[in-house]
Amino acid sequence: MPITIPHINIMQNPPIQADLHVVAVETLPKGHVLLRLTSPEGSLPDIRPGQFVEVRVEGSPRTFLRRPISVNFVDRDHNELWLLVHIVGDGTRTLGRLKEGSKLDCIFPLGQGFWMPMDKALPQEKRILLVGGGVGTAPLLYYGHELRKAGAEVAFLLGGRTKDDILQRNLFEHYGEVHLTTEDGSAGVRGFVTHHPALKDKWTRIATCGPKPMMWAVAHEALKRGIECELSLENLMACGLGACLCCVEKTRRGNLCVCKEGPVFNAKELIID
Amino acid sequence: MANINVKIGGLDLQNPVMTASGTFGYGLEYANLMDIRRLGGIIVKGTTLTPREGNDYPRMAETASGMLNCVGLQNKGADYFCKHIYPELDAFFHFEKRDIEPQPAIIVNVSGSSPEDYAACASRIDTLPGIPAIELNISCPNVHDGGMAFGTNAKAAASVVSSVRAAYHKTLIVKLSPNVTDITEIARAAEAEGADAVSLINTLMGTSIDIERRRFRLSIGTGGLSGPSVKPVALRMVYQTARAVNIPVIGLGGICCTEDAIEFLMAGAQAIQIGTANFVDPKVSEKIADGINDWLDAHHIADISDIVGSVE
Repeated sequence: MPITIPHINIMQNPPIQADLHVVAVETLPKGHVLLRLTSPEGSLPDIRPGQFVEVRVEGSPRTFLRRPISVNFVDRDHNELWLLVHIVGDGTRTLGRLKEGSKLDCIFPLGQGFWMPMDKALPQEKRILLVGGGVGTAPLLYYGHELRKAGAEVAFLLGGRTKDDILQRNLFEHYGEVHLTTEDGSAGVRGFVTHHPALKDKWTRIATCGPKPMMWAVAHEALKRGIECELSLENLMACGLGACLCCVEKTRRGNLCVCKEGPVFNAKELIID
Repeated sequence: MANINVKIGGLDLQNPVMTASGTFGYGLEYANLMDIRRLGGIIVKGTTLTPREGNDYPRMAETASGMLNCVGLQNKGADYFCKHIYPELDAFFHFEKRDIEPQPAIIVNVSGSSPEDYAACASRIDTLPGIPAIELNISCPNVHDGGMAFGTNAKAAASVVSSVRAAYHKTLIVKLSPNVTDITEIARAAEAEGADAVSLINTLMGTSIDIERRRFRLSIGTGGLSGPSVKPVALRMVYQTARAVNIPVIGLGGICCTEDAIEFLMAGAQAIQIGTANFVDPKVSEKIADGINDWLDAHHIADISDIVGSVE
């Protein structure tokens, strides 16, 4: 029986620790890898868009802590959990060297995910824009899939330095229209996501994940126009369970743990400067 | 089955393995991932008389085999603990059944900014029947007003321990800072003022710099180092302290596995705490409790006390 205790444990779907098996490691452009994992012991648990996984990295020379990585996709037909990893240091480099068949010690699902309609999306909550930058686009793929399943109309606004920095574009296209911006103009509109006219369309809700300045700018725009907006933060963290209080974000309710009360926050809760 | 039950002051622990303050929340955060009822003790998050917001982000930086943190005692205060968190712990553990079913000792880590402050916080916790002990934190390196200031000077340590001793009637553990020239001097001062046990070490003060930004990685510049990198220092200090005082010593600092725990016991610790390792493997403390038992059995040792301080 999962344990939920109001003041301390607010998780809707409590985490498990499990050895997942690596089904495939796909190399993506610009130092990214897609880890496709499966659970050999039956179905993956309930995982909500925006939740994340704390991955233990074995054999990394200088790192020690787990790596928090957002859920990129859950493929229920094949019982697969996808993690999109940007290789930035020793820990992620070691993850990128994993081989098919190896085991990965994972604690998941963690944190509070994105808003989802109760059942089917109501007409007034149907038009949703998902704005991602860099590897921050990762959780939006699963979110787009789940929103679409709930009957919402989804569009994506994805930004990157160049065309190659925009990952999984073909997969996003399954779930909605894809708008692009690149800093060098090699795809879509030249500039940042905030320069794209799609951001100004009539949306009932916006969700964003990526570099903080980008998310802050998107949230600013949404708040100005009275549109519901959620942001997924990725502060440095240790435990992933709300125990160590390292990953806090200043909010209107005080310092909250990104790992437990987040990573997804409503823009109205955050102190956006 | 060896006897791994240990006594620390008035505490009767089902095994010598406790979880260190600040690394295990209030224990319940881990309840979905392990059987927290099997622990010897859970030392809950540092609690102060009044609520504290802690330091700004960033509060952690990973280091070779460890991490730095500068959380700065973020907590909702003693009254919130008594009113809201204690009842949740009671609902989970059923403290009234402590004599008939195994459960960990729930110990509150107490911090403050003056001897009066510490004492007032301790006396609030004293009223909770399910909390058999407090751990007095005179060693937090991440707050300006108090914390480590009381743990780096024998006179200041004595004054805090003495005022808390007068206000608190159950088992009093004093947590010592390694950021001193001679830790045994502080340990003796705590013992002289009536501490029932000392725990050591708290984190070692350190820092880390992001060279591209030419900035410290931690919001307040410095933080406390923990994890396997501090273990040799902790082990040495536990050995020295265990020979210098007559009260029990609780050892902590970088313990990650059964063998690490046995080293601390042999150095003179009667019990141990697991800290940073909880972040890597939430089940580690349970595994170490089992591991100590297995190790004693494999070496035909009937009672854990036979190895405490046994290093030659």
